[in-house]
Amino acid sequence: MAEVALRKVIKRYDDVEAVRGIDLDISDHEFIVLVGPSGCGKSTTLRMIAGLEDITDGDIMIGGDVVNDVPPKDRDIAMVFQNYALYPHMTVAENMSFGLRLKHYPKAEIKARVTEAARLLDITDLIDRKPKQLSGGQRQRVAMGRAIVRNPKVFLFDEPLSNLDAKLRVQMRIEIKKVHQKVRTTTVYVTHDQVEAMTLADRVVVMNKGRIEQIGTPNELYHKPATRFVAGFIGSPAMNFIPCRLEDVGGKLNVRLTDRISFPLPPARAARYGALPRTENLLLGIRPEHLTESHAHLEPGVETFDTVLDVTEPMGMETLVYFGLEGTPICGRVDPNAGAKDGAPMRLAMDLNNMHLLNETTGAVL
Amino acid sequence: MSTLAIDKAGPTRKVKLRSMSRDRTWALRWSYFFLVLFAIFFLIPPIYMLITSLKSSAEISAATNPWWVFHPTLSNYVELLTSNQFLRFFWNSSMISIVVVIVTMLISIPAAFALARMKFWGSATLATGVFLTYLIPDSLLFIPLFKMLAVVQDITGITLLNRWYVLVFIYPTLTVPFCTWIMIGYFASIPKELDEAALIDGASWLQTLTRIFIPVALPGLIAATIFAFTVSWAQFLYPLVFTTSIDQLVLPVGITTTLIKGDVFNWGQIMTGALLGAAPPLVIYAFLMDYYIAGLTAGATKG
Repeated sequence: MAEVALRKVIKRYDDVEAVRGIDLDISDHEFIVLVGPSGCGKSTTLRMIAGLEDITDGDIMIGGDVVNDVPPKDRDIAMVFQNYALYPHMTVAENMSFGLRLKHYPKAEIKARVTEAARLLDITDLIDRKPKQLSGGQRQRVAMGRAIVRNPKVFLFDEPLSNLDAKLRVQMRIEIKKVHQKVRTTTVYVTHDQVEAMTLADRVVVMNKGRIEQIGTPNELYHKPATRFVAGFIGSPAMNFIPCRLEDVGGKLNVRLTDRISFPLPPARAARYGALPRTENLLLGIRPEHLTESHAHLEPGVETFDTVLDVTEPMGMETLVYFGLEGTPICGRVDPNAGAKDGAPMRLAMDLNNMHLLNETTGAVL
Repeated sequence: MSTLAIDKAGPTRKVKLRSMSRDRTWALRWSYFFLVLFAIFFLIPPIYMLITSLKSSAEISAATNPWWVFHPTLSNYVELLTSNQFLRFFWNSSMISIVVVIVTMLISIPAAFALARMKFWGSATLATGVFLTYLIPDSLLFIPLFKMLAVVQDITGITLLNRWYVLVFIYPTLTVPFCTWIMIGYFASIPKELDEAALIDGASWLQTLTRIFIPVALPGLIAATIFAFTVSWAQFLYPLVFTTSIDQLVLPVGITTTLIKGDVFNWGQIMTGALLGAAPPLVIYAFLMDYYIAGLTAGATKG
C-alpha cells in the first residue's frame, strides 16, 4: 500500500503534447478515477504511472520514491487491462500465479494466495479453465485476480469494464467496489464513463486535452463544477447551458434568457453575482432535474415559464422533456404523470437556487 | 396495420432465403468441381511415380499400358534401401534439414520478436529489408556465394567447398528472411497488452518471449518450421553447386547424379528415390498439422 504523487508530469509524442503538466496526489487506500473524453490523456497518465510509457518531464512517486526510471516490474504495481490481456495458453490458476512464479515464491504460498483471490472473486470453480472457456465477466475477474495475488502497492485499471455489456458492467462495478473495500489497495482507475467514475471513486479527476480540469469527490464535481467542461461532462443527461445576461430590474438583479423570459435571482445568488458587469455574455447552467413541471406552491427562487415541448422520453420513474429556447436545445426532467406530450405546450419551473453562471468565453464557473 | 406488415414481410423473406441457399449450392458445386479437378491434376504425378516404382526396368521399357503394373516388384525399393549411397544421401539431407531448421528458428524467433515488439530506430525499415532479401533468387546468389566461400577457404584453410555441412550455413540465407517475416506477422498479431501484462508481472524480455510469445504463436512457429524444413529438404541448386563428391551429396542431387548415367535413365529407381524422398516432409506435415491449431490466441483478449 502506498500513496502516489504526480509532479508536473508531461508526456510529449513528437510534437503532440498528450499530457500537459499534471499535478496529482493520491493518498494511501484511496480509489481515484481519471475520467474524460477519448484523447484527454487519462490512459497515458495511467500508463506513465505503470511505467509502460516514459515521462517526458516531471516526477512520478510511488510510496515516496521517484520511479521515473524504474521499470514496471520493479514498481510493485498491478494493472487490469480493457481487453483483459490474459495469457491464452495458461489456465486461470497459472494466469494468476505467473507473476509470483517469476519471482520464485514458494509453491505453498502461491497456492494459498491464488486460492484466496479466487475465493474473493468467486472464481474457485474456474481455476483449471483456459481463458477461452470463460465469459467476458469471468475473464475480467481473472484479470483482477491476477492483480490481487501480487498484493501490489497500487492497482491500475485501464477501462476494465468497457468490453462488457451494460448489465454486466453494473454488476462488475459493484464487484470492483467490494474488492477495494476488502483489500484497500490504492487504486487508480481510468474510464470515459462518468457514471462509473461517480459510483466508484473516492475522488474523481476530470481530465480534458491533457490537463486536469478539476479534482473532487463525486458530489463536489456534481454540485460545484469549476468549469463548463466539468459541468457538462458530469451528470446525465448533461447540464443545460443557456446564453444569458444580467440586468437590473426595479432594484433587483435579474437574469435575462430571452426577450420574453427574465427571472429575478434568489437573494443568495444575487449577492454572489451582483458585482458582475451587466453587458457580459454569460451562460446559465441548469441541470435537467432543476427544470421540472410547475406546481401550485413553488419554493422561493423557483420561476416558471411556458414552452412547447419538441420531444418527450418516458423513462418510467421520470420523463425527459426536450424543448428549445431561442435555438438552444434544453432538457428537463418532469414527473411521468405531469402530462408531458410531444409537441404540446407545458409550463415548466426552473429552480434558480441550483443555477450556475458561467463566463461564455473562458468557460469558468462564476 | 402490424398484421399487414408481417404478411408482406413473410413471403419476401422466404424467397430471399431460398435464393440464398440456391446460390450456396451452386457455389459448393463449383468448389467441388475445381477441387476434384486440381486434386486429379496434382495427384497424377505421384501416382505415376508409385506405379513406375513397382515395375522392373524391363516392364518400364516394354510397350504396355503405362498405367498398370503387370508384374509388381519391390526390387527398386530393396536396391535403394540397401544401397549405402542412397542411405548416405538420405542421412546428409536429414542432418542438413534438421540443423537448418534449428539454426533458422534460433535466428528468426528473436529477430522477429525484436522487429515486432522492441520499437527501435529503423525497425520498420529493417523488417521490410528482411523480406526484400528473400526476393533475391538463389540462382543470382550462388556464384557470389561460391566465390566468397572459396576466398574464406583460401584465407582460413578450412575446407568449405564440397562439404555437406557448408549447406547448413547457406540455406539459412533462404529460410531466415521468410521465417522471420512469418513470425513478425504472428508476433504482431499478439495483443500489445499481453506483453505489457507480462512486463508488469515481472517478466524480462527473454521471459516474455519464451513463456508468452512462443507458446501463443505456436501455429506460426510450426508454419515457419515446416517452411524451413521443406526448403532445405527440396533445395537443388545450392547442393548441386557446392557439393560434388558422391558422399557429400544430398537426396535430390544424389538421385539425379547417380541414377542418370549419360543418357541411361534408371526410371524405376529414380521414381522410387523420389517417392522415398517425399516421405519425410509428408510425415512432418502430418505430425505437425495436429498441432497447427488456428485460434490459439482466442481468449487472450475480448473474444
